Amino acid sequence: MEVIKNFTFSVYTENNVGILNRLSAIFLKRHINIESMSVSKSEIEHVHRFTFVVNISEVLARKVAGQLEKQIEVIRAFYHTQDEIIYNETALFKISTEHLNDEKLQKKFKFRRAHILTITESFFVIEASGTKENIDKMYRKLKPYGLLQFVRSGRIAITRPKMEISQLLAEIN
Amino acid sequence: METLSKQVQEKKTTAAVKVSGAEAVLKCLLEEGADLAYGYPGGAIMPVYDEIYKYREKFHHVLTRHEQGAIHAAQGFARVTGKPGVVFATSGPGATNLVTGIADAQIDSTPLVCITGQVASHLLGSDAFQETDIIGISTPVTKWNYQITKASEIPEVMAKAFYIAKSGRPGPVLIDITKDAQFGELDFEYQKCEKIRSYRAIPKFDIEKIKEAAELINAAKKPLIVWGQGVIIGGAEEEFKSFIEKTDIPSASTVLGLSALETSHPLNVGMVGMHGNYAPNVLTNSCDVLIAIGMRFDDRVTGNLQTYAKQAKVIHFEIDPAEVDKNVETDVAVLGTVKQTLVEIMQYVKKSDHKIWMQEFDKLLQIEKDQVINDQLNPTKPGLTMGEVLGGINKETNGDAVIVSDVGQHQMFACRYADFIKTRSNVTSGGLGTMGFALPASIGAKMGVPNREVVAIIGDGGYQMTCNELGTILQTKAAVKIVVLNNSYLGMVRQWQELFFDKRYASTEMVSPDFVKLAGAYDIEAQRVSKREDLAEAIKTMMASKEAYFLEVIIEQEDNVFPMIPTGASVSDIRLS
Ligand SMILES: Cc1ncc(C[n+]2csc(CCOP(=O)(O)OP(=O)(O)O)c2C)c(N)n1
Repeated sequence: MEVIKNFTFSVYTENNVGILNRLSAIFLKRHINIESMSVSKSEIEHVHRFTFVVNISEVLARKVAGQLEKQIEVIRAFYHTQDEIIYNETALFKISTEHLNDEKLQKKFKFRRAHILTITESFFVIEASGTKENIDKMYRKLKPYGLLQFVRSGRIAITRPKMEISQLLAEIN
Repeated sequence: METLSKQVQEKKTTAAVKVSGAEAVLKCLLEEGADLAYGYPGGAIMPVYDEIYKYREKFHHVLTRHEQGAIHAAQGFARVTGKPGVVFATSGPGATNLVTGIADAQIDSTPLVCITGQVASHLLGSDAFQETDIIGISTPVTKWNYQITKASEIPEVMAKAFYIAKSGRPGPVLIDITKDAQFGELDFEYQKCEKIRSYRAIPKFDIEKIKEAAELINAAKKPLIVWGQGVIIGGAEEEFKSFIEKTDIPSASTVLGLSALETSHPLNVGMVGMHGNYAPNVLTNSCDVLIAIGMRFDDRVTGNLQTYAKQAKVIHFEIDPAEVDKNVETDVAVLGTVKQTLVEIMQYVKKSDHKIWMQEFDKLLQIEKDQVINDQLNPTKPGLTMGEVLGGINKETNGDAVIVSDVGQHQMFACRYADFIKTRSNVTSGGLGTMGFALPASIGAKMGVPNREVVAIIGDGGYQMTCNELGTILQTKAAVKIVVLNNSYLGMVRQWQELFFDKRYASTEMVSPDFVKLAGAYDIEAQRVSKREDLAEAIKTMMASKEAYFLEVIIEQEDNVFPMIPTGASVSDIRLS
């Protein structure tokens, strides 16, 4: 049996309309569920970076990277295991103000990277960031207080190994 | 320096010529050497059609009877010439009617440039009349697509479209142009595209891989080559022949690789795959080195992957890195165009002799001849067989014709029995298996190589999917020879029902109109044959005609295509009956 692992794909693309469609279609065709996704500018001008997080086998990851890279506007597609990246996700928790002075709750969100973003008369918002596990834990702790709203971001990641993308672009140009 | 400044000035004035977006489209096509297109007009592409009218001296447009006909015709043209086929369609239903052909071209690596009209840009996203998101719809089946909303984008995008369609592993591109962009004006200047930063048409060449591959080949006792369309697309037929002759390796073709090497070549051991030949299929599981050249291990070729060539070292010559290890794990992947890599490897491979190994092919070929082929080509039962029709066509054409086949039993008979002496002579829908492909594709093929005979082999089912294109033949006088092999069934499906569904013939029996009369209605000379003694003469008459000709052959109703690898079975478990 193939071992299913958590992979983070970093896909460098031209900054053109419609690429997301092409990329997501590749996951869709193979029935791969995207756990999270984020898109932003990269360190290179006019180059965008997509970050997809998926749980698949290594063999499949290699094939998917090949298919992603095959798209005309994709410059390079890399995939990484958890231990090859430094990553972050952010979550916002909206809680009724009646709990604001609850000492137990205060202790709960006092983990390293959580703080109150806003307080209004009726609610307050906690922002937390960290690994997926950190945020899951925080969610479990805050859930009993009746979350008015909860939202989390896609993953953003920096890799430990060097990605030769700048070099590659220099070669092409 | 007067002359120089004058030149510069002149250049500027040409550059400064203002043209409409619609005219720019035609200018771009002519710059790319494309002066023939297939299509169907409509509201959203009318400005372009108006230019087609204006340019009618320089640019030819073929009005088909359906957009599907247009795109298959363009595919036929592209397959025989290697040049991108050009298609026009209007927005909405016009564009969606292209989708089947686009998907077909994508999977068979056929270069196409499809140009669709689109509603004006201020209407985009409003569900306007005849608006469809053809970019969204065509994304999974195009090599690249792009929506133009400004006239000024046209030259650059068109140049990119041609470059992408024909470079590397070719494929279809679609350019959607809003009506306002067609009406808008631009300063026309054209520059061909030669590279795109994010796109590497040809992967990096690695001499070490060539050496590794050569070492394996030199050590092999029982090597087998399976070649595909990559040899044809890469224009590497000569290089391929030199390579197999020097190494003396038996070589088998995929469906799309057929005709790259003449059928009668002593090293040509036939076709692999579901209805391929017995010897190359069986011996795939005995060879010690399997050399795949410009093919992609389609599941119709490999059968069950778990049992496919497990004993062999696999070498894969391939242009598309995403194909390497996709289906079959390779030991050595040689990336690049086969034209380059086959030339390079010639320096490292030794002249060899594989006579004893070749005898194994001959033995199995004899078994296939005794049990299948002889009966198919020279039948003794009363009904006519598809095989003997192909045999008859071979006799008249000496293997010199382009054979365009549709999809079904007749396609497999055409691929198995047609003789080829020239490359780019087998045009068929391989990867998608699109019924309705052959009639329009044959029209395009004939226009691509007007001096060659083009014979379409079609089933009674597939013929009725696009027989409206007889109208295109009527109008263009394309001199194609149409052979309908009529077994009154959707034969291939019926065969499966017979073999795997206890003969429950659910909706495969087909009642057809009088095809001869139908051809007559389009002013196409026609005849029907149902007796063996009339067949040869009928084929002779057809081939002697200088015009389009229609021949219907009434075929044994429940004839089957064998050999056959049932789905999920191993290539070496191929059945002869
Ligand atoms: C557009 C399309 N629809 C359905 C099929 C499935 N299909 C494959 S072969 C076949 C039967 C073809 O019958 P016919 O054209 O009469 O040819 P024959 O097999 O009898 O030679 C069918 C229905 C297909 N390949 N393409």
